[in-house]
Amino acid sequence: MEKIDIQKVRADFPLLRREVNGKPLVYLDNGATTQKPKVVIDAITNYYSDMNSNVHRGVHYLSQISTDAFEVTRRKVQEFINAKEDFEVIITKGTTDSINLVATCYGKAFIHEGEEIIISAMEHHSNIVPWQMLCEEKGAVLRVIPMNAKGELDMGAYANLLSAKTKLVSVTYVSNALGTINPIKEIIDLAHAINVPVLVDAAQGIQHLAIDVQKLDVDFLAFSGHKMYAPTGVGVLYGKKDLLNAMPPYQGGGDMIKEVTFEKTTYNELPFKFEAGTPNIEAGICLSAAIDYINELGIDNIKAYEDELLAYATNKIIEIPGVQLIGEAAQKSSVLSFVVDGVHPYDIGVILDKLGIAVRTGHHCAQPVMDQFGIPGTVRASLAVYNTKEDIDNFIAGLNRAVNMLV
Amino acid sequence: MTINEIQDELIEDFAFYGEWMEKYEYIIQLGKEVPLIDEKYKTDQFIIKGCQSKVWLYPEVIEGKLFFKADSDAVITKGLVSLMVKVLSGHTAKEIVDADLYFIDQIGLKEHLSPTRANGLLSMVKQMKLYAIALQNR
Repeated sequence: MEKIDIQKVRADFPLLRREVNGKPLVYLDNGATTQKPKVVIDAITNYYSDMNSNVHRGVHYLSQISTDAFEVTRRKVQEFINAKEDFEVIITKGTTDSINLVATCYGKAFIHEGEEIIISAMEHHSNIVPWQMLCEEKGAVLRVIPMNAKGELDMGAYANLLSAKTKLVSVTYVSNALGTINPIKEIIDLAHAINVPVLVDAAQGIQHLAIDVQKLDVDFLAFSGHKMYAPTGVGVLYGKKDLLNAMPPYQGGGDMIKEVTFEKTTYNELPFKFEAGTPNIEAGICLSAAIDYINELGIDNIKAYEDELLAYATNKIIEIPGVQLIGEAAQKSSVLSFVVDGVHPYDIGVILDKLGIAVRTGHHCAQPVMDQFGIPGTVRASLAVYNTKEDIDNFIAGLNRAVNMLV
Repeated sequence: MTINEIQDELIEDFAFYGEWMEKYEYIIQLGKEVPLIDEKYKTDQFIIKGCQSKVWLYPEVIEGKLFFKADSDAVITKGLVSLMVKVLSGHTAKEIVDADLYFIDQIGLKEHLSPTRANGLLSMVKQMKLYAIALQNR
């Protein structure tokens, strides 16, 4: 834990100094979005005060420096996930956009009637609905890898689901509702054994653990900037070159074309083929400041720190009578999801909010997960690198108070 | 009592509670005590879907006046729902349609009626008014 200088880290995040409802803020809704360090906030201001201009178009100076800065982000992402080529990094609006891109474009090219797509029982709605829409359109079939009561995928069942009909596997790296870290390498290797590509939803993984796309040999990787200390409105789709080249474009518009006549349009090369229209330039540029920030702390240090904090929180919360953890996988990351006997999660969230403690309550956009556990929702405390043991202590004290009021 | 007289009475009741904590304890108490709706009416026909807590609302017309019974699966929402029922139930359609619900604001619970709040309370108030409009147009 000593590798993270927590006081220094906290000082980097201006918002953490504010009060909520007259109490010092305890922010434990990092699975929804993280706060931003000053370097990212400064980068936003700097972009608009110093270089605002459209990218990939202009001949003039400002357009060149903003384009350069935008492309720096692409290379930073490339390094961060160890992609082979920078053009394998597509800048999108976020994870949802990235997954929809693959569902639409890979779907158009490769999915036919009767073929199958495999997802898992613990997916976020954004890794369920795009595939359902595709299956409906194409007459394809969605298969679901089941999970056990701890929230771990049944790998035997997964192996049985893989068949000659399988055309794609799309699973989450880390469950947003349960915190489970899935055995992604094993999932990929099993699919590759029968030449099926795999998309990994890393929205809840990228900010917590080191991801090397070449080592994983993953075919597509999707994640969002705003959950990794960057602004909202930017995300990434990594895709292997050959797959991306074999897919038709996503949206039509500027930037994605080579030549347009009214008779025929030829498409631009990667990555621009998938980046129609003016992107969120500010967020795109500032994503690189967030990556720098993570690199400075060291993703492995972040993981070690957060793991220790999660263990600390887990040990404390299970002492509270009536608390039942939802998601007790052996491999977990940064998420404490739970219910309290006889108490609706919403009521707990309201009382915690009054105490200045921000958590999320509800189904976390993962209704099938809630259905499996037979609950309407959970309370979820999710951690980031700036959380402290004091945060956990305040949260536990607040939870005790809420439970006493509500039971 | 008129709708406004009931509202004023509630405002007076809540004035005793200075701390938010006491207010919520009172609301939770209301939520726990009042058996608001018969289980047989807790059906999809009477459900008002908030994002997180469910609210059921059952309307009845007795001698030209509109009566409500309501319930929720979350106890704070249930307490708030019972306040709303207390204010609006048992009045004529016109009185309900014209009602200006200022008490929630004045007792410091405005945040619960915000459209971004996922408790279904605002939808319930809208539904109560819709029932009143429907009765008016009968």
